[in-house]
Amino acid sequence: MSTLLSFRDVWVEYGDRIIIEKLNLDIEEGAFVSIVGPSGAGKSSFLRLILGQEGPSQGTILMDGVPLRPECGPDRGVVFQRYSVFPHLTALRNTILGIECEKAPVLGRLFGSARRAAEEEAIEMLTAVGLGHSLDLYPAQMSGGMQQRLAIAQALVKRPRILLLDEPFGALDPGIRADMHKLIRSLWRERALTIVMVTHDIREAFTLGTRVLALDKRRHDPHAPHRFGATVVYDLPMRERPEEDSDESEIITIDVNSNN
Amino acid sequence: MRWVNRQVGRGGRVLLGAVPILLLVLVYIVMAANRHAVNPADKILPLPGAMAESMSALLFVPDQLTGQLVFWADTLASLQRLGIGLGISTLMALAVGLALGVLPSVRATLGPLVTGIAVIPPIALLPILFIALGLGETAKVALIVIGIAPVMIRDIAAHVGALPREQTIKALTLGANSWQVMIRVALPQAMPRLLHAMRLALGPAWVFLISAEAIASDVGLGYRIFLVRRYLSMDVILPYVAWIALLAILMDLALTFLSRRLFPWAHGESH
Repeated sequence: MSTLLSFRDVWVEYGDRIIIEKLNLDIEEGAFVSIVGPSGAGKSSFLRLILGQEGPSQGTILMDGVPLRPECGPDRGVVFQRYSVFPHLTALRNTILGIECEKAPVLGRLFGSARRAAEEEAIEMLTAVGLGHSLDLYPAQMSGGMQQRLAIAQALVKRPRILLLDEPFGALDPGIRADMHKLIRSLWRERALTIVMVTHDIREAFTLGTRVLALDKRRHDPHAPHRFGATVVYDLPMRERPEEDSDESEIITIDVNSNN
Repeated sequence: MRWVNRQVGRGGRVLLGAVPILLLVLVYIVMAANRHAVNPADKILPLPGAMAESMSALLFVPDQLTGQLVFWADTLASLQRLGIGLGISTLMALAVGLALGVLPSVRATLGPLVTGIAVIPPIALLPILFIALGLGETAKVALIVIGIAPVMIRDIAAHVGALPREQTIKALTLGANSWQVMIRVALPQAMPRLLHAMRLALGPAWVFLISAEAIASDVGLGYRIFLVRRYLSMDVILPYVAWIALLAILMDLALTFLSRRLFPWAHGESH
C-alpha cells in the first residue's frame, strides 16, 4: 500500500505551550488508524492538523506527496461527535449538500435533472448506511445513532481521500455503538476508505483499527508541564481479523422502530 | 397538589387570561361612571358610548379638509412607515448580520461601527434626521431604521457567530466556499432568529414611529393622539391606543405563525 499521508518533524505550539513535538508518521492508503491517548495529549490537535483546521508550527504534512494546505477541503471528510449534520436540512438534503456545493458554486442548489442525479447518488449512500427509509426526517427527529449514520453518508458522498472520525460514537449507548462499529468497518472494507479515528474507548480502538497509535508525552517536567509536547509513543499494527460479516447487510439497516 | 404541578387546560387558559383584562375594563367603567355622575361633561374618563360616537366620526365620516376617512388614513400612513422601516431593518440585519457573523474580516471592520451606532439613543439623532432629511416620510422611516436595525444586526451576527464551529468545518469539507457557507449553512439557520428579532424589534419600532409622528407629521396614529391631546379628547386617544395594541399583537402572532410554518425544524417539532 502506498503512503497517503506523511508527517515530517511536525510541531504544534500555542505560544510557549507545546502540544505536539517532533511527530514523524506515515499513514498508508486503506489503513484504519485508531488514535488513543490521555486527555490533553494532542489527539484533537492531531486531527485538526489532518483536517487542515490548523497548520503545523514547524515541519510539513504531505498528502500524496504534496504539502497540505492549512484549510479544510473536500478531499478530507469528517464526522464529529456532535454538530456534524445541519439541523435545518432533511437527511436527503444534508447528503446532497456536498454535491450541490461542488456543482452550483453561485446558487449552492441544483435543479431539474442535475438535482435528480444528485438525489439518486445521495439515496444510494443513505441506503448504504441504513437510512434509506428516513430521507425526509430532520436531524431533530432522529436518534443519535441515526444522526451519526447521516454524518457518515454526508461525508462519504464526497468520496474523500481520508475520513476523519472525532470520537464519533462517544455519545451513543453501547448497543447502538456496536451496530455503528459494524457499519463503519463494513463501509471501510467495501469502499476501500482510509480512516483516522480519535477515540477514548480503548476497546473500540483495538477492535476497529488496523493500526493503533497512542499519543502521549515522552518527557514530563513537573514544574513546566506545558513545555513538552506529545508524540506517538506506541504504534501497534493489528493483525487482520477474519470478518464476522455473514449477516452484515441486515445489521446496518435500521430496525422498524428507528430507535437506533 | 403543589402549584408548580397544576396545569391549566386550553379553556382554562382563555378564561384565566380574560379575567384581568375584563377586570381592568370593569374598573375603568365604574370609575368613568362615578366621574360622570358628578360631572356629566367629564372628558378625562369618557364612557364607552362617547368613545364609540367620536370614533364613528373618524371611522366613517370623511374629513372636511382632506376628504379622507381619518382613522383609516392614520392607520395606513403609520403601517406604511412601520412596514418600510421594519423591512429595511430586516434586510440590513440579514445582509450585514450574516456577513458579520460569518466573515472575520467583516466583523473586524464593521463590528465596532455597528456597536457604536447601537448604543446611541435614537431619539437623540432625531433632530439630525429632521435637519438632514427634512420633515417628510424619509426622516420618520430613518428613525425607525436607526432605532432597530443595529440591535437586529447584532442579534443576527451573534446568533450566526454562535453556530457550532463544527458546522462550518463540515461544510468546508463538503466543498463549500465562503459564499456557500453563508447561503446554505448560516442564512437558513438565521431565518427563524430573524423573525424572532423582528418580533422583539416591533416594540421599539412603534415607539420610534409614534415619537416621529408626534413631533412632525400631518397624518398617522401617533400624530392623531398627540393632536387631540390638546382638546383632552380621551375618547379618541383611548381607542387609538387600543387599536395600536391590537395591531402590534396581530403582527406578533403573524410572525410567530410564519416562523412555525416556515421553519418547523427550529421549533423542536419531533416525532
